Amino acid sequence: MNKIGERLYNGLIKENPTFVLALGMCPTLAVTTSAMNGLGMGLTTTAVLVLSNLIISLLRKVIPNRVRIPAFIVIVASFVTMVQLLLQAYLPSLNESLGVYIPLIVVNCIILGRAESYAYHNKPIASFFDGLGMGLGFAVALTLIGAVRELLGLGTVFGYKVTPAGYVPMNIFVLAPGAFFVLAIITAIQNAIKDKMPEQKKKDSKHPAGCTEDCTKCGQKGCEHRFYDADASTENPNKNEKEDK
Amino acid sequence: MADLSSVKNLLILLVGSSLVSNVVLSQFLGLCPFLGVSKKIKTAAGMGAAVIFVITLASAVAGVVYKFVLVPLDITYLQTIVFILVIAALVQFVEMFLKKAMPALYKALGVYLPLITTNCAVLGVALTNVQKNYGIGTGILNGFATAVGFTIAIVILAGLREKMEYNDVPKPFKGMPVVLLTAGLMAIAFCGFSGLL
Repeated sequence: MNKIGERLYNGLIKENPTFVLALGMCPTLAVTTSAMNGLGMGLTTTAVLVLSNLIISLLRKVIPNRVRIPAFIVIVASFVTMVQLLLQAYLPSLNESLGVYIPLIVVNCIILGRAESYAYHNKPIASFFDGLGMGLGFAVALTLIGAVRELLGLGTVFGYKVTPAGYVPMNIFVLAPGAFFVLAIITAIQNAIKDKMPEQKKKDSKHPAGCTEDCTKCGQKGCEHRFYDADASTENPNKNEKEDK
Repeated sequence: MADLSSVKNLLILLVGSSLVSNVVLSQFLGLCPFLGVSKKIKTAAGMGAAVIFVITLASAVAGVVYKFVLVPLDITYLQTIVFILVIAALVQFVEMFLKKAMPALYKALGVYLPLITTNCAVLGVALTNVQKNYGIGTGILNGFATAVGFTIAIVILAGLREKMEYNDVPKPFKGMPVVLLTAGLMAIAFCGFSGLL
């Protein structure tokens, strides 16, 4: 029971995928034009993350180490396809507004990252709740960014008008540039808060966007942080084994 | 076939995919390399070249696979799985081929190739081609134009970041936030291209 709570806390706050780990930036910026879209994308990703974590954890003794990444991708892609078909059938409007970003959940680094760093080494139940915590953390972050953009850009939150009649919405915030601005400000606020924290807590934030520095655990080869270290782009396959829990 | 109106349509597609609906600045695909590999113009250009190469090739292969395998077998709903596997295999294959056949090119692009597998722009282009019902030829052209758009954006950002090295940025904005702000300003500038069409 304790473990479950710890996993949920870890995903929602301590290692929040968006605000702390800065993973999965593409959907974070692309679909957060409204709080509803953010929530929809977050929950869809959560569903895929929970299921793929569970299955990968169940199969962790069967999947050979050398082909684990292709195996993860096939499992994740299968769930994404299922979720996409379900959305097409039951929530066509959400499917329409999220568009190509639904199939692109496959390449969301949060999912592969959790598979590689957690589900592949842990028991099914813990992995399930790890996926749930991470997914909800992602969903909360997307909803928050979506709400901010919707509020500034349209004067509404979840479609309800909240600003006084005299407020002229700044349309730019629901357009592409607004996404960059909102994320920039949020990251800056976060950096400012981190600077005020005691030394010990700052240890995690050696990299600008608050990455865990643990690129081998991230499973995402395209991640920016591999480039902050001079020779991080060279493969280092042995590192994974060393860091197994 | 190649009468004036179809040439015009192709031009519109080229400009539209590379500038107006720029892949990073308005569609937010491929953000990781865009933010991560844009510290120096030289590496940014290398990444851009590799992306042009892989996306053009991947949209050709994905288009062929879709038309001659998925549609005849009536399994188009498997497109996501098939495309990602095809792209991963393709990148792997291109890497081996370049290593053997063109060592000079491999040296220039080699580091970036494995990073591209998980670049969502590649899968995004393949899926968009299918969604918009592009034929194989148009799909390849769309892929090429998209990748050129990516290269333009990443090289400009790298140029700006090289200059920003010497600027006095407020402390909380150091690192990622100021890069995001720059990208936002670039996105505004690219909005101006929508007047072109």
